Amino acid sequence: MIDQIKYLILKEFKLELRNKYALGGILLYVVSTVFVSYLSFKKIIVPATWNALFWIILLFASINGVAKSFIGETRGRLLYMYTLASPQAVIISKIIYNSILLLVISGLCLLVYSLFVGSLIQDIPLFLIVLTLGSFGFASLLTMVSAIASKSNNNFTLMAILSFPILMPLLIVLIKLSKNAIDGLENWDLNYLMVLMFINVIIIALSYLLFRYLWRD
Amino acid sequence: MKQNWWKILGAVLVLYSIISGFIFPVPAQAILHETIRNLYFHVPMWFSMMTILGVSAVYSIKYLSNSKFDNDIVAAQAANVGMLLGVLGLTSGSMWARYTWGAWWVADVKLNGVAVSMLIYLAYFILRGSIDEEQKRARIAAVYNIFAFVLYIVFIMVLPRLNDSLHPGNGGNPGFNKYDLDSTMRIVFYHAVLGWILIAVWVMTLRIRTERLKRKTLFNE
Repeated sequence: MIDQIKYLILKEFKLELRNKYALGGILLYVVSTVFVSYLSFKKIIVPATWNALFWIILLFASINGVAKSFIGETRGRLLYMYTLASPQAVIISKIIYNSILLLVISGLCLLVYSLFVGSLIQDIPLFLIVLTLGSFGFASLLTMVSAIASKSNNNFTLMAILSFPILMPLLIVLIKLSKNAIDGLENWDLNYLMVLMFINVIIIALSYLLFRYLWRD
Repeated sequence: MKQNWWKILGAVLVLYSIISGFIFPVPAQAILHETIRNLYFHVPMWFSMMTILGVSAVYSIKYLSNSKFDNDIVAAQAANVGMLLGVLGLTSGSMWARYTWGAWWVADVKLNGVAVSMLIYLAYFILRGSIDEEQKRARIAAVYNIFAFVLYIVFIMVLPRLNDSLHPGNGGNPGFNKYDLDSTMRIVFYHAVLGWILIAVWVMTLRIRTERLKRKTLFNE
């Protein structure tokens, strides 16, 4: 199992590096969206707006980035993968790979966004923790939704409408916590951090349990 | 007839709760006044909606474990009835809010929870519509249904407890719990909840039967 996951993750990296345009496309998407919001807002000084815009940009970038993980796969390649590895190994490796991808995307997003739109964060460690946990959560949820959407006929539209409502709990907690980080509250809201980790664990557990029903055609 | 006693019970209970809901005395409260009677109609909708959506999720799990097509019919029709109850609950709540809060819709955790549930099940139906092959549709929809239901439960169980809310029963607002202590209100309310759950299950079984018959004619059984 561990070996399978290791190989599958390596495979993902190799494929990603082989056609760099996909990764480059996502990164460029982040940069240009931030630039567009910079042109329309110039500097943002209201924390709530700053926060909301940041997460909206990151949300759409994540959906675009993760969508291809199952939707982009050809049928033949998936079948080949399933004969070699267990479905659990496939979903776990995809989740790990997408988490790393989203960490890169969110890091870049934060960097470019603070550069152009201005940085208001007062409690940087908390914001980084929230961003990391958020990337994991987005990655695992969107990977699963991408697997579901890839089975239907019009998958990119479905990817968005299936993921938005179930992303809400995650998104609300993330926005609340990052608002705290921006305001630089003295005490960390441990309740919310616990809920965030709890949601992450639930999503991963559900993906692990349910994924094997998705690939049997 | 023997199997139908619960349908009669449901009808009688709902009838009782409607009649007594309108004519029994209620505690006089500032702002709420007579709108407190909405408790008998609005709250049972959510109880029955959660029951029916729970049924839907359970039958989705059943479908995944034994792949019997009938389980998928139940899951889908239960989700349908759940949506109907959600719309009814939303309408009654919205009208109540207009008279007590002064707006049809306010930004609030509980209301957000409802909006999310609507979006989830609309997405569920669109997902069902976009897959042609029957077995595949049943399986994929079941997976999404379970996934979404669990996250939805987290959403409505955990988050409202961390936030303040304008909704009765939360964060220092005069909640219905206080008035539930009024014993007549409590009795009528419990009857209403049970009655509406039974009626909802009845509607669901009717829908399931029509779906089964449709399928039968389709395959000329």
